[in-house]
Formats: sequence, structure tokens, C-alpha cells
Amino acid sequence: MNAIRKYLDKIKPNFQKGGKLEYLHSTFDAFETFLFVPNKTTFSGSHIRDYMDMKRTMSMVVLALIPILLFGMWNVGYQHFIANSVESGFWANMLFGARKVLPILIVSYVVGLGIEFAFAQIRGHEVNEGFLVTGFLIPLIVPPDIPLWMVALATAFAVIFGKEVFGGTGMNILNPALTARAFLFFAYPQDMSGEKVWVADALSGATPLGKLMVNEPLASLPSPSDMFFGFIPGSVGETSTLLILLGGLFLIYTGIASWKIIISVFAGGYALALLFNFLGPIIAPENVYMAMPAYYHLIIGGFAFGAVYMATDPVTAAQTNRGKWIYGLLIGILAVLIRVLNPAYPEGMMLAILLMNVFAPLIDYYVVKANINKRLKRFQKTQLATT
Amino acid sequence: MSSTREPLFSSKNIKLLTTPLGRENPITVQVLGICSALAVTVKMQPAFVMAVSVIAVLAVGNVVISLLRKTIAPRIRIIVQLVVAAALVILVDQILKAFVYDISKQLSVFVGLIITNCIIMGRFEAFSMSNKPWPSFLDGIGNASGYGLILIVVAFFRELLGSGTIWGYPVIPQFLYDIGYKDNGLMILPPMALIVVGTIIWVQRAKVKELIED
Repeated sequence: MNAIRKYLDKIKPNFQKGGKLEYLHSTFDAFETFLFVPNKTTFSGSHIRDYMDMKRTMSMVVLALIPILLFGMWNVGYQHFIANSVESGFWANMLFGARKVLPILIVSYVVGLGIEFAFAQIRGHEVNEGFLVTGFLIPLIVPPDIPLWMVALATAFAVIFGKEVFGGTGMNILNPALTARAFLFFAYPQDMSGEKVWVADALSGATPLGKLMVNEPLASLPSPSDMFFGFIPGSVGETSTLLILLGGLFLIYTGIASWKIIISVFAGGYALALLFNFLGPIIAPENVYMAMPAYYHLIIGGFAFGAVYMATDPVTAAQTNRGKWIYGLLIGILAVLIRVLNPAYPEGMMLAILLMNVFAPLIDYYVVKANINKRLKRFQKTQLATT
Repeated sequence: MSSTREPLFSSKNIKLLTTPLGRENPITVQVLGICSALAVTVKMQPAFVMAVSVIAVLAVGNVVISLLRKTIAPRIRIIVQLVVAAALVILVDQILKAFVYDISKQLSVFVGLIITNCIIMGRFEAFSMSNKPWPSFLDGIGNASGYGLILIVVAFFRELLGSGTIWGYPVIPQFLYDIGYKDNGLMILPPMALIVVGTIIWVQRAKVKELIED
């Protein structure tokens, strides 16, 4: 470690003002602060020192995602060998999955970080760490068979139009990883939906959502425990509800994700699913989706993954406490609503979160305004009492 | 009236023609006429026909309004402007139906909606109501061309990336499709037109710093 520090100090003057590599200053800065705690101190305003800066926050999220990625790799291999009726062991599954998933991860990081660095250089600000998480999330929410050039294109689109045009990390309205997924979903629907894409190198392998879309009977779904533990086809990282929940607990424990949002998303989705259970026999008896046990909604598709890792994105979620409840509830409700009632979109979670991302500032605005009005009324009351 | 006549293409008049193409572009700077820019730019052919239609309506309309400008009572000027615009739009619509029926079908209501295009009423109100016919004519051509230019640029990218064709001719070589390239379905949807227009605005403002607002 000391050797690295010495080396960095030696080359540092090159990157400072007047140095010959000045134009690369933010690149240097990014690597230096990535390796060491920055030694900068502030000169005015508050002087709170906390090691939870953005880099540590992002590292925590990545840490919480690693088990999901590893399980995702294993599952990609497992589903592939099942679909081709080949016996396979743990390592064979893992190896196959890694060969499918790691290239996606690498492409997503290289393209995304490349663009981030380029923008930081041009604008002369620091390289932000936000992409460390986005780049990790993108491979987890795409089908394993996705062509790599599509991943590259979607990542570029998400970073440029989802983030940089608004001013970079912390200024974006939409969750960048979901922006990438939405781009893929609308641009290349054949590669993002249907029953052909979810199992690598296999002819078919419908996800539970896909089966429900074509009204297959409930009995054709995998067992609830399989869906909970994640032994089902689907996007790489979304299948195992168990690992997602464990990751969620870790994030709540470290104070990064808001438990209010996670709980309200689950509650909203579950409540509407229950309502559909009651209404189903009356308004649409032939719709299998409505009759499905309500808790299924929480363990199939990307619901849990979206609730824990996407909806809680601190930049794009609602900021006020009451706002978080409203925001979360509406995400859950909209996700189930889109799933059940709109046959064109089998997975409503992505669209629900993106939609609520857009509305989050509005929710906050009214929550703050309501609070101001409440206090104003209280103030007027005391005024009346005293006069 | 001054005794020396201004030459037809004085530098002032040329400016009327050229500034709307760039610095005062109706779409990218004034942000007018966005709806049709989103709706008719999937393919280049309809976008081109739309551009020509708007040029015709705006140029002729500007001249008519300019000729009438001293007789129009201020209180009813909007109605008069509307009547002129509507009459011209109907003419254009009939001509399109007669000669390029297929494209007229593709443009559907958007030809009729030229009348609601803010650029038309905007130029009537802002320019031809207070200027002579010849400058009004040039102003109409200039502004409508500025609109048409953006329309065609947007349509070029949307058609190229969304359908792999330009002006209806396939330009993406077959071997690219064979190795896995696919046309981008999002390009055909209206949101992408908005993003393409946004990108043009971005590029323009990066080049012309004076356009950047606070």
C-alpha cells in the first residue's frame, strides 16, 4: 500500500494545474480517491467527517449485489443444462454461467465508465462513482442471451441520456440501470421478451410471467419454493427472492436503502394482488393472472429486485419520509396493475419504477407543502388564542 | 416612403432567410412546431413533403397577411389569420391528395394540423402583420425551411437507425444483419424523436454559446 502511495505522490504533479497531463486530472483523481481516503478538507460551512462518502456507499451496494450475481451465474448454467437435459455439477453450471454473464458485466463497465470518464474530462469535474452500481445492475436485469453490442448501446444510452444530460450522478431523474433496460425492451423486443431469450442457448424456457401472459394454468408454474429460492428462468439477477431480501437487509442495516420504500412497495403490490383475487371471479373469470395467489406477485419476475435495488435508489426516489411511503405504495400498485391488466407488458416493475421516478419530485413537493400548511394553521390558531 | 428602393436581396433581407435556419431556428431555439416534428419524422419522404407543405403555407400566407395588414382590424386579426391559414392548408391538402396520395395517407391528420402549427400563427402575428410583402415572403420561406431542415435531419436518423433505410432505400448492408445487427424499434416510437431533437438542441447550444440560458 505504501509503495502505491509513494508512486501516486510522485506522479501527482503531472496531473495538477500546469502539469503536462493536466487534461487527465479527473482520471487521476478518480483512481487516487478510489484507492485512498481523500485528504482534502473543507474550508467553510459544515465540517462533518464521515467515512460513508459516495464511494463507500456504492461499494456497499456492490457488496450486497455480489451474492446475487454469483447465484445468477450458477442459475444461468443450471437452467441451460436442464433445458438441454444434460446432467451437470455445480462447477459446470458456474462455469457456463460465468461465460455468459461476465462478458455482459465487462461490456457494461467498460462502456459506461468510458463515457463517464470522457464527460468528467470535458466538463472538468471529478469522476463520480455512481456508475459502479449502475454497471453492476445492468447485467443483472437483462436476459443471459442478450447480444453484447445491445448491452453496449443501452449502457451508452442510459449514461448519456439518463444521466449526463441532466448533469451527472445525483442529478438524474430516472434510474440509469432501468433506463438501459427500458431502452432494450422497446428497441429490441425480440431479444428482451418472449420465451426464447431467458435460458441461454436453448430453444425455449418460459418465465413464470411469460406463462401467465398466455393464460397457462397455475399448475404449470414452478413451485413457490423454487420461485422464492430462484431456481427458475429469468433475467440474470432477479430470480432468487431470498438472496435479494438478504441483500436488502444488509442495505437497510448499513442505512443505504430506505426500509420505508421496500416495505411499501411490497405492501402496495400485495394489497392490489389481493384485491384482484377478490375481483377476479367477478370481472374476469378466465384471467389466470387475477386468480394467482397474491404472494406469487412478490416472488416472480423482477418485483423483489426492483423493490430492493431499484426503487430505493436514493437519487431518484422520493426524499421526504411521507413521500417515500406514497412513492413505494404506488410503485407496488402500478407494477401489479400493469402485469395483470396490460397484456402487452408482462413485467410491470420496470415501467412502474420509471414512472414513479418521474413523479417523485412532485410527491415531495406536495408533502413539503402540506407540512408548511399544517404548521401555518397551527401558528394562526395560537395567534388567535393570544389576541 | 423613402425614394431609394431597397434591393431585393439586401443583406437585411438575406438575414430574414438565413437566421431561422440556425440562430433563430423555430424548432431548436423557439421550440415551436414540436408536435409535428415528433409525428411525421419516422421516414424521410413524409418529412420532406411535410416540410414543403409548411414552406408553401407559410410563404404564401405571410404574403397574403402582409398585403391585408392595413385593412385588418386589430380586434379580429386572429380570426383573419386563421381563415388565411385554413384556406391555404386545405389547398395544400387537396394537392397532396391529388398528386402524392400515399404520402398524404401517411401524413394523415398532420397536414390538416399545419393550421395549429405555432410557427404559422407566430410568423403571421410577429412578422407579416407589420412588414411589407417581400420581406414577409422571405421570412416565411426562411422560418418554414428552418422547421423543415430539422424535420429532415430528425427523419434521416430515425429512418436510418429505425428501419435501416434512407428515403425508402435499404442502406444497411445485409451482412450486418447476418452477424446480428437489428433495427432499433425505439427509433420508430415518438419518444425517440424527442430525444433526437433534444440532441440537436444540445449540439447547437454547445456550438453557439449565446443560446444558453441561465
